[in-house]
Amino acid sequence: MAVYKRTYKGYAGTLTPQWSRFMILPRYSYARLFQSKFLLMFLAACVIYPVGAAGFIYIAHNMSFLKALNVGAGNLLDVNETFFVFFCNFQGAMAYLLTAVVGPSLVSPDVTNNAMPLYLCRPFTRTEYVLGRMTVLLYLLAWITWIPGLILFGIQADMAGWDWTKNHLWIGWGVFAGLFVWSVVLSLIALAISAWVRWKIAAGGLILGVFFVGGGFGAAINAVMRTKNGSLIDIVQMMKVAWGQLFRYDTGIGISTAQAWMVLAAVSAISLWLLSRKVRAFEVVK
Amino acid sequence: MQPVIELSGLGVRFGSRDILKDLRVSLTGRTIGLLGPNGAGKSTLIQSLLGFCPLSSGTATIFGHDIRREQKQIRTVVGYMPENDSFIANMTAVSFIRMMAELSGLPKDAALERAHEVLFYVGLGEARYRPLGTYSLGMKQLAKLAQAIVHGPKLVILDEPTNGLDPPARIRMIKLISEMRAVSDMHIVLCSHLLRDVEETCEEVLILKQGRIVHYANLEEERRANKRFVELETRGNDAGFADALMELGCECASSGYGSGYGRFKMVCPVGFELREIYRLAADRDLQLRRLNYRRDTLEDIFLKAMEN
Repeated sequence: MAVYKRTYKGYAGTLTPQWSRFMILPRYSYARLFQSKFLLMFLAACVIYPVGAAGFIYIAHNMSFLKALNVGAGNLLDVNETFFVFFCNFQGAMAYLLTAVVGPSLVSPDVTNNAMPLYLCRPFTRTEYVLGRMTVLLYLLAWITWIPGLILFGIQADMAGWDWTKNHLWIGWGVFAGLFVWSVVLSLIALAISAWVRWKIAAGGLILGVFFVGGGFGAAINAVMRTKNGSLIDIVQMMKVAWGQLFRYDTGIGISTAQAWMVLAAVSAISLWLLSRKVRAFEVVK
Repeated sequence: MQPVIELSGLGVRFGSRDILKDLRVSLTGRTIGLLGPNGAGKSTLIQSLLGFCPLSSGTATIFGHDIRREQKQIRTVVGYMPENDSFIANMTAVSFIRMMAELSGLPKDAALERAHEVLFYVGLGEARYRPLGTYSLGMKQLAKLAQAIVHGPKLVILDEPTNGLDPPARIRMIKLISEMRAVSDMHIVLCSHLLRDVEETCEEVLILKQGRIVHYANLEEERRANKRFVELETRGNDAGFADALMELGCECASSGYGSGYGRFKMVCPVGFELREIYRLAADRDLQLRRLNYRRDTLEDIFLKAMEN
């Protein structure tokens, strides 16, 4: 039908599979997000550390290059779990900042503009909506966290040989699982805040605040009560405890890994509950 | 004929308050008007049909699909134009409509093509690359209509489509709705508190009051079935004229009888032809100076329903 005829005609063509429709939201979100030069520059900055780390691994395994620089291999840091824990900490922090930048614009425009009924009157569920919005963040965070982490692990495995790889596969798993869980927790918190706080700047501030306030209060409780349980409200500390388990080192935080995982699960559950209260087609005013 | 919408004891309760109570009706028309005063439950009924509100009792079907169990099938064939502003301000109309089409299941290319087509169809072709946030109220209404029909639904639910429109925009919207009905096999549910909009576009009317159905009418049948009220003014000798009218089955009251200036108010029976009045007058050489033929408007039907 040509547009100039301006007549209405029904649609009788093929339909896309239901399972693939949640990916529509990220596509439109990226089209909007990548118009921001700031975001592009930030993403570029997020890649600097992984590139540097890759160079470090290459140099650490290149004896002739080290000899040319008169540096002994022993003087350099080993590429071991500590190396990857540092990578997780650094890229985890970058992921946190990226979430604060991207997160507020995900759900709040839809809630503010009352667009929820338009999404949900279609064959598109609330779960698919949340999954779609979450994918926006998960995909972006993946590119600065566990994907470069696994690439680094792959480079190290390639250079160190099969024996090292076989004995250190748990590091690869730790990089993936640790950073993926961190991305999920960040994404859920950001979506929940974005759904409830309509003003983007306030939402961004709140995303940062949730972590800082939790950390501050946790430290205060620990100091005043002379306990270590205050760390239970510090999401960053809990993530570190979880990473400690995955990377097989003692964090010294004084919280068991089971408690840490439970706190992370509880934070995720609360975020989902908050989302379920807002991601709906109508609001009952009592 | 399969009903478009069938309500079977449908009830909705928010907290301790019954919003919809035991609604039972079968709607088969191409254009169905949903009328009622503010707070009657019109929007809640629409939201229930779309699966937005949990039902407290009963159920309903749309094209035979149960709204409790077959939400996805229903949402595939339904388009919805909400009452309030619903859009994403910083998106252009074409990308917004395209996204909505894709969410309804259209492939990317088809969605883009359809987005352009419906925007031209509703009259926003020239403004389709403008962000929706810059649209006027009338344009936003048209954009909402465009997103409701972009995927070619079998049923479109329009919630107050002429809200806030100036008279020319309102006429254009009503014309669009009538056109959609005429050129496609689409069914339309029009929810409005503006009786004129419903009267101009709908065949069937469902009137709600305080969460209950107070009247259901097929407008055409209702108009045909209504008693016809006719007012006559005559000049000349009207002796026996009233009796002759009553012999034809009319209920008749007269004033000025025998004075040469007769006034008659009559209720004609169903199927009564007005030409009988002219014939009777001609037989008596009686002048008919005025004949007002009045039938129930939707307003009459609505007011009666409200009184009941």
